[in-house]
Amino acid sequence: MKKEHQDIIDQYSEILPPYILGQIDQYLPSSSTKVQVEKVLSKVIEAFETAKVNPGECVGLVSAESIGEPGTQMTLNTFHLAGVAEVQVTTGLPRIIEIFDAQKSIKTPMMEIYLKDSHNSVDAVRKFAAKIKSTLFGEFAKEYSLDIFDQKLQVLLNKEFLADHEITAKDLAKSIKLKSKGFVIVVEDDRIIFEHKGKPEEIKELYNLKNKIRLVKVKGLKGITQVLPVKRGEKYLVLTAGTNLKDVLDLPEVDVTRTTSNDIHEVYSVLGVEAARQIIINEVFKVIESQGLNVDLRHIMLVADIMCVGGNIKGITRYGVVSEKASVLARASFETPVKHIINAALEGEVDYLTSVVENVMINQPVPLGTGLPGLITKLK
Amino acid sequence: MKRLVRKKISSISFGIFSPKQVVEASTAKIVTPELYDREGYPVDGGLMDLRLGVIDPGLRCKIDGGKLKESFGHFGYIELARPVVHIKFVRTILDILRSTCKSCGHILIPVENAKRYMAILDKVGEELGFEARRRKIKVIVAKYRAKDKCPHCSAKQGKIKLSKPYNYYEDEIRLSPIEVRARLEKIPEEDLPIFGFKSGEFRPEWLVLTIMQIPPVTMRPSITLESGERSEDDLTHKLGDIVRINQRLFENINAGAPEVIIEDLWDLLQYHVTTFFDNAIAQLPPARHRGGQVLKTLANRISSKDGRIRHNLAGKRTDFSARTVISPDPLIGVNEVGVPELMAQSLTVPERVTEWNKEYLRKFVVNGPKKYPGANYIIKPDGKRKTITNETKDEILEELDVDYVVERHLLNGDIALFNRQPSLHRMSMMCHRVKVLPGKTFRLNPAVCNPYNADFDGDEMNLHIPQTEEARSEALILMLVETQLMSPRSGLSIVGCIQDAITGNYLLTKELVMSREEAINLLFSCGVQDFSTLANKEKVNGKEIFSVLLPKDFNFKGKDKSGNDVEIVNGELNSGIMDKANLGQESGLMLRNIYEKYGPSYTATFLGQISKLGIGVLSRRGFSIGLADVDLSDEAMEEIREVVRKAEEEAYKLIDMYSEGKLEALPGRSLHETVELRILEALNKARNKGGDIGMRQTKENAALVMARSGSRGNALYIAQMTAVVGQQSLRGKRISSGYKQRTLSYFKKNDLSPAARGFIKNNFKSGLTPYEFFFGAMTGRDALMDTALRTPKSGYLYRRLSNAMQDLKVNYDGTVRDASSKIVQFVYGEDGLDVSKTKGGELDVQKAVESAIEGKK
Repeated sequence: MKKEHQDIIDQYSEILPPYILGQIDQYLPSSSTKVQVEKVLSKVIEAFETAKVNPGECVGLVSAESIGEPGTQMTLNTFHLAGVAEVQVTTGLPRIIEIFDAQKSIKTPMMEIYLKDSHNSVDAVRKFAAKIKSTLFGEFAKEYSLDIFDQKLQVLLNKEFLADHEITAKDLAKSIKLKSKGFVIVVEDDRIIFEHKGKPEEIKELYNLKNKIRLVKVKGLKGITQVLPVKRGEKYLVLTAGTNLKDVLDLPEVDVTRTTSNDIHEVYSVLGVEAARQIIINEVFKVIESQGLNVDLRHIMLVADIMCVGGNIKGITRYGVVSEKASVLARASFETPVKHIINAALEGEVDYLTSVVENVMINQPVPLGTGLPGLITKLK
Repeated sequence: MKRLVRKKISSISFGIFSPKQVVEASTAKIVTPELYDREGYPVDGGLMDLRLGVIDPGLRCKIDGGKLKESFGHFGYIELARPVVHIKFVRTILDILRSTCKSCGHILIPVENAKRYMAILDKVGEELGFEARRRKIKVIVAKYRAKDKCPHCSAKQGKIKLSKPYNYYEDEIRLSPIEVRARLEKIPEEDLPIFGFKSGEFRPEWLVLTIMQIPPVTMRPSITLESGERSEDDLTHKLGDIVRINQRLFENINAGAPEVIIEDLWDLLQYHVTTFFDNAIAQLPPARHRGGQVLKTLANRISSKDGRIRHNLAGKRTDFSARTVISPDPLIGVNEVGVPELMAQSLTVPERVTEWNKEYLRKFVVNGPKKYPGANYIIKPDGKRKTITNETKDEILEELDVDYVVERHLLNGDIALFNRQPSLHRMSMMCHRVKVLPGKTFRLNPAVCNPYNADFDGDEMNLHIPQTEEARSEALILMLVETQLMSPRSGLSIVGCIQDAITGNYLLTKELVMSREEAINLLFSCGVQDFSTLANKEKVNGKEIFSVLLPKDFNFKGKDKSGNDVEIVNGELNSGIMDKANLGQESGLMLRNIYEKYGPSYTATFLGQISKLGIGVLSRRGFSIGLADVDLSDEAMEEIREVVRKAEEEAYKLIDMYSEGKLEALPGRSLHETVELRILEALNKARNKGGDIGMRQTKENAALVMARSGSRGNALYIAQMTAVVGQQSLRGKRISSGYKQRTLSYFKKNDLSPAARGFIKNNFKSGLTPYEFFFGAMTGRDALMDTALRTPKSGYLYRRLSNAMQDLKVNYDGTVRDASSKIVQFVYGEDGLDVSKTKGGELDVQKAVESAIEGKK
């Protein structure tokens, strides 16, 4: 690309979006003259202007239709991720509903962890994956035996598993110390024995202890139940079931710029509302793409924007976006009409009839499209 | 002519009536539960009082003198003997009681802090709504409650509890509604804004009813049954109960009856008033008819899908509409709709008589309502409507003059809106031009089936006839089929050739050669009259015939479905085949280029022509399938059988290895999953291989042509017919359950063999064994179930989305804002482009650049 072309193109950065300028750059033959470049630009601007949305266009409804209509074509099934039976992925309609509801706890929380270039090798990724996977005490135990006479609980450990995780029985005992107050812990080579401190008590307590220590996290990050190192293109990354974005981003190996979680609320609390909006867009787009449907990104953006416009995340439910509407009648026409009318009466609310449904209700033109302009013909 | 006064409602205020306002707005005080006297005439002071409006023909309203349907009706009132709590305000009253002092009525917040909290509350109220504000007050007051003392008068505060549904207790002692009301009265005016109430317009004691408003009779009309018996509305029943108990309570109080009896009656009154407002309160038994049917009272009338709001206010009924079964007619244009003549006679279009069309419109009146094309009514300049009959015809013809309006029958070329439910997107309702046809069904071009999602297995569709010039022009400009060719969802074309139209063009452009006469005959049948562009040869090939339809300055380069180049130079199809990739819906690359270059209406005609061409080709050439088409040679069958046998063998080997424990598990999988996976893999491979052998052997036949051209079906279906049907799977796995540890009782328990887990080794031609058929039915039913479960779910999602987003619009400054002018996006979609005006969501920069450079040359 010639410098002078670039200069001319740069002058239009106010008028045309950057990606279009980039494309002009790409398609412009390098032999073209300055006059030609200007002609091209004016032609592109003409095309751009004609393709612009008209004022009054009900873009919201168009987006809702564009996402709602293919909803009938999506599946209800969940799938397994890349050959790992335990890792399920919610896709299709259930996932879309989950996102738009802005549900606090999602069915299959997942993360994609990218590593810094210095760690981009099979071994490093494997090691990292093993490190973050939260391993519970119960996974190390091979056998529990309750000694009723001596009031003892003996845990036989899986030695190979210990070696795999580079952990000794002592480390293990240390990690469960907090949860086993009131017991003396004796560590032998491959077993851990719990004994009552002092007075012998009911056997039930030992039994409870067994259930308690089983779920103690020994290693890794909280919430990450499965890890799966994969290679995508040239990059190695770790897919996880369960999320813990905050702690993962703290790790030195992690490429902070690309690591994401699919839990909108988690991303919101860690990275803020703009990041959460992007996650909504990405996740919805991923589902729609995986179902082989074709929905333009702009529609998804608009939904994401209306969910995030208040600075926090609101679901598309009667408690979320719909409750924000200024009009009483618009709210009442959605769900729980009596509640809205009663509250409006108490508060002495006034409905200024600025949106669509109210005007439909009272037989007036809606302020959208051709109902918007107030045109008066001047008669001679 | 009556002068119309047009008024626009600019706002609607909500509020609560004071008892005084209720009385002032009323026309009658209701004192007796009686409805009618012995003659059946409404009783004065009864619930059907003539001052409340009329519902009987012949009677006149005593207030405005209007007859039935003229008088809107008026409100009345009853004076309640004892106050009762309004059920819908129970929680509000509780919150107020809890946060105000029992003796001085002030809110339990020290005066010095009031201002600070006011600011917090206003913020909460604005951000989270009115109810959140009340919750916040509760939190604030709870802080001071710990002290148990009023910060204003130091009176000790009791603990107030609500015993659902409507009884209040203070320290376990019941507060009667009289006491509750007394407390609410004490609350000083200046404390009301803290609760978010508007002072001056609202008093909290109004929440406890002393006067009750009676809705007008027009709101609760009675129905006269065939037997002449009257059946009253549910609301009237309920009001009757209230009035009756109220009178008894009055009498008992006046007679000085014991307190117990009064209390009981009071409770009963409370119950009736409560169920009058809402008959679906969780803790109360709903009021019922004598037959046991639950009464539908005020709140139940408003809410839910068939309540007032969603059923009557947000959804309205319309005149000048029609509905019938649809059937296809490829010979009418894509923007036309065939309307049965019978319908055309009762759907009308109003046309105003002028000097110039007087004679033209007279003809319709002469024909009258029975003869098509006629007219049903005329409207006189004074607005009176006159029916045209044989008797009135002559008189009407006599007086018919300028400024009369003739409601004439539907004619060819009139504007109509055509719609099919569910109306999921805007292309579900498009504007068509009427074509009156014999028969009793609507006819539409099969090319527009896709936007409506219609088929002809008994679907019905609706037709609406716009009645005003504004409506017609809007429909014509914004909703005409041509203008909707590009989907706003993806920016791809949604209308295109389907089925036979694609097959025909595929065959034509691929291989057909015909004599010039035949070609001219064919082209004429699809509306071409100028044959000068057809090659002047004895024999013309299909490509040349197709090229006649193309515009002469059209250039196009693209790919067909199988990836070969398609090239059109100056309106000549030089190479390539026209198939789904270029003609079909939601792809139609060539169609899209035509649309961009020549505009909507040209594309619609063009589309109509090529569809007719395709169908014409097929009907001349013949296109059919027979059993012999799915025959394979014996060697091929043997080969396929061999492939399947080998796969089965492999499966058995895997099963043996599995049961002997020799199988190695795949990473992250259990042993059982591994064997399942590997069997599945082996069987699928066998099916594909079998299918390939079948496909190789299949001669050129109709099914294959359809699969290749993309008009219907695919190679898999053909393979299933000729070779092997293959593995049936449920949720990505082999069929595994049904009976205990087996799929069907035909098999042994824990049988993992292919046949026992849903592998169908037969093909559709040879026929399936009974158990194979069952497996096929299983997957078929699973698919059905999935659809049945999905439809309501996605329907609700759609409703929520559209409700949340319907107010968003692009403003004149390019921003996207909601109804309260809050900005949602600064530029729509980050670049301000309309998806339906782009190519798959992107501006075609390359084309613009090329055309600019070329233009220079």
